Amino acid sequence: MVDPDQGEPAVTSSRDVVLGRIRAAVGTAPDPGPVRRDYRQGSGALPGSPELLDLFEDRLVDYKASVRRCAADEVTGAVATILAGRFDRPARVVVPADLPGPWAGPAAVVDDGLTPAHLDALDGVVTACAVAIAETGTIVLDGGAGQGRRVITLVPDLHVCVVRADQIVGSVPECVRRLDPERPLTFISGPSATSDIELSRVEGVHGPRTLEVVLVVPR
Amino acid sequence: MSTFLGMPDVGHAPRGVGHLRGEEPFPAAARKALANAQLRRNIGHATSTIRAKRAAVVGEVPDWEELRTAGRDIKNATMHRLDSYLEQLEANIQARGGVVHWARDAIEANEIVTRLVKATGSDEVVKVKSMATQEIGLNEALEAAGITPYETDLAELIVQLGHDLPSHILVPAIHRNRAEIREIFLREMPDADPGLTDEPQVLAMAARKHLREKFLTARVAISGANFAVAETGTLSVVESEGNGRMCLTLPQTLITVMGIEKVVPAWTDLEVFLQLLPRSSTGERMNPYTSMWTGVTPGDGPQEFHLVLLDNGRTATLADPDGREALNCIRCSACLNVCPVYERTGGHAYGSVYPGPIGAVLSPQLTGIEDNASLPYASSLCGACYDVCPVKIDIPTMLVHLRAEHVDARRAEGRPSPEALVMRAAAWTMSNPRRWALAQRLTRLGRLLGRRRDRISQLPPPLSSWTASRDLPRPPEETFSEWWTRTRGSQP
Ligand code: SF4
Repeated sequence: MVDPDQGEPAVTSSRDVVLGRIRAAVGTAPDPGPVRRDYRQGSGALPGSPELLDLFEDRLVDYKASVRRCAADEVTGAVATILAGRFDRPARVVVPADLPGPWAGPAAVVDDGLTPAHLDALDGVVTACAVAIAETGTIVLDGGAGQGRRVITLVPDLHVCVVRADQIVGSVPECVRRLDPERPLTFISGPSATSDIELSRVEGVHGPRTLEVVLVVPR
Repeated sequence: MSTFLGMPDVGHAPRGVGHLRGEEPFPAAARKALANAQLRRNIGHATSTIRAKRAAVVGEVPDWEELRTAGRDIKNATMHRLDSYLEQLEANIQARGGVVHWARDAIEANEIVTRLVKATGSDEVVKVKSMATQEIGLNEALEAAGITPYETDLAELIVQLGHDLPSHILVPAIHRNRAEIREIFLREMPDADPGLTDEPQVLAMAARKHLREKFLTARVAISGANFAVAETGTLSVVESEGNGRMCLTLPQTLITVMGIEKVVPAWTDLEVFLQLLPRSSTGERMNPYTSMWTGVTPGDGPQEFHLVLLDNGRTATLADPDGREALNCIRCSACLNVCPVYERTGGHAYGSVYPGPIGAVLSPQLTGIEDNASLPYASSLCGACYDVCPVKIDIPTMLVHLRAEHVDARRAEGRPSPEALVMRAAAWTMSNPRRWALAQRLTRLGRLLGRRRDRISQLPPPLSSWTASRDLPRPPEETFSEWWTRTRGSQP
């Protein structure tokens, strides 16, 4: 391996220096032994079970996100209601090309590589998600079906996210084990927020200032 | 061929660059900070808010202790084979289209980043909050090369616009209250609304408006990283505002500067740290945004990715079996928020970007003890930092070890340090409960000595050797134990 920062291969590379220092520093120290993983690896509840849905909703509301439950064939209506409640004109929203249904209506702009400036001029974005965590009120996007490029869920100020009940697991370990680390991942827990002023949380900084979750439950 | 064959290559963080050393020793800097009542009020208000939030969200996790144990074990296991995990990380990032660079120290890291930015042709960069780039003084190096860095984290922005230094590892502007932040914005943001109020919501909106255009047009971003997974090559940034996502998503080129100790072996290790970190730092069940990326993803996010792996004293820290645990820190800042010394002095007195209990053990090891000799004494050894640490770093024991190391270094030069004399007297006193209680009551007499100026400039010999070089803060009206008993009802 040639270090791109080094000119002549004859000179010791910084890579070799740092690795050499590490080996000298650790030396003959005794092996610290196996990692004890006695923490809960599951939550004891099945994905999508009623208690997890309630917990997930409670956590989201705590982050000042809104939650609306509906059946699978009611998603388009639920999204339309959300948009109509926020805008007194037809909302301009972007959707990924592979959204599982006509959730955002026929007028939605399909992302075909829109520029950040174009996205900034739109009102919102409607997507699906990959996994959700009930205990922490977290939604994970992995760029898979119905989620699109990372930029489309970042620049518009409103994110409407459709979460299926069976995507909701109880705990963080259950979620991590369902994810593929090779994909670009975004964990979202409520709208953007900051604690930087006197360590008090206020919602709404650079990311979407509004997060609306549509929870798709069995009838 | 290795240049250090036969002689140990120590590699402390070099002098003259970065922010690991203060201009004066801790006692002198603390004396000034203690005189600033506004500072003390700001910090006291913020830390008491966060302590309550943390306690509530930690209390609801039934397996918190098991998570802490796992966190510590993972970190110890990582440090033991740090070389192979870093090689694995490098190979996985390169396989996914990223480029990995190695930097022995701050000077080299700054050179690498400056060169990479110049190669893009851009003369400005957007930055996500990163302790590592603060540590190495990257902004100064970029500015010297004609590149303008824009801090995008709200607290970092407040520090940058206020021409100030960070005073906390999570909330670098913790020493500023809302009224001061409003003044800084009005003064330094050309686009600020003159009717700006000091409502946190309004201030956050001003920052959003100020940075929006920068995000949408930036071509190069610089970030730190909270974790890097060796077995997958995945990097992770944990944040709140979305400025991190902006920097990690919009620009064409991303340069990440990360201390070598941030690597973890396995993907599933993140399930431990993603539970420990948010609850310990901002007191939330989960922070608003966590981003993870592995090399370059075609068609999504930056198409050029560089990782700079930074030593800058970390291997020197690793070489001390009694001090290396300081590298396990995940920078949650919980130890700062519970520290009675930090609460009174604030972060600037420590003279390093790493203040508080973790700074008192980390900074002297990164620089070598002689450059931060007074920091291990900046503690009452009350143990609160150990109790809250999500990876169970035993900071009090390490402080005592570093004090001993400093004393040994002085003795080797044939001159016992004033700290050694004081500590010897203190040890004699502390080793006996009756003597200790008596001494605490006698110490209160010291308040009389310091009544006029809130400090004592002259102690009787041999303690005069301490006050020869610095004043002693006037002892508080009550000791920490007394305060604890009064406010919490039992001995700590
Ligand atoms: S030493 Fe522990 S408590 Fe302090 S910042 Fe590091 S991880 Fe957090």
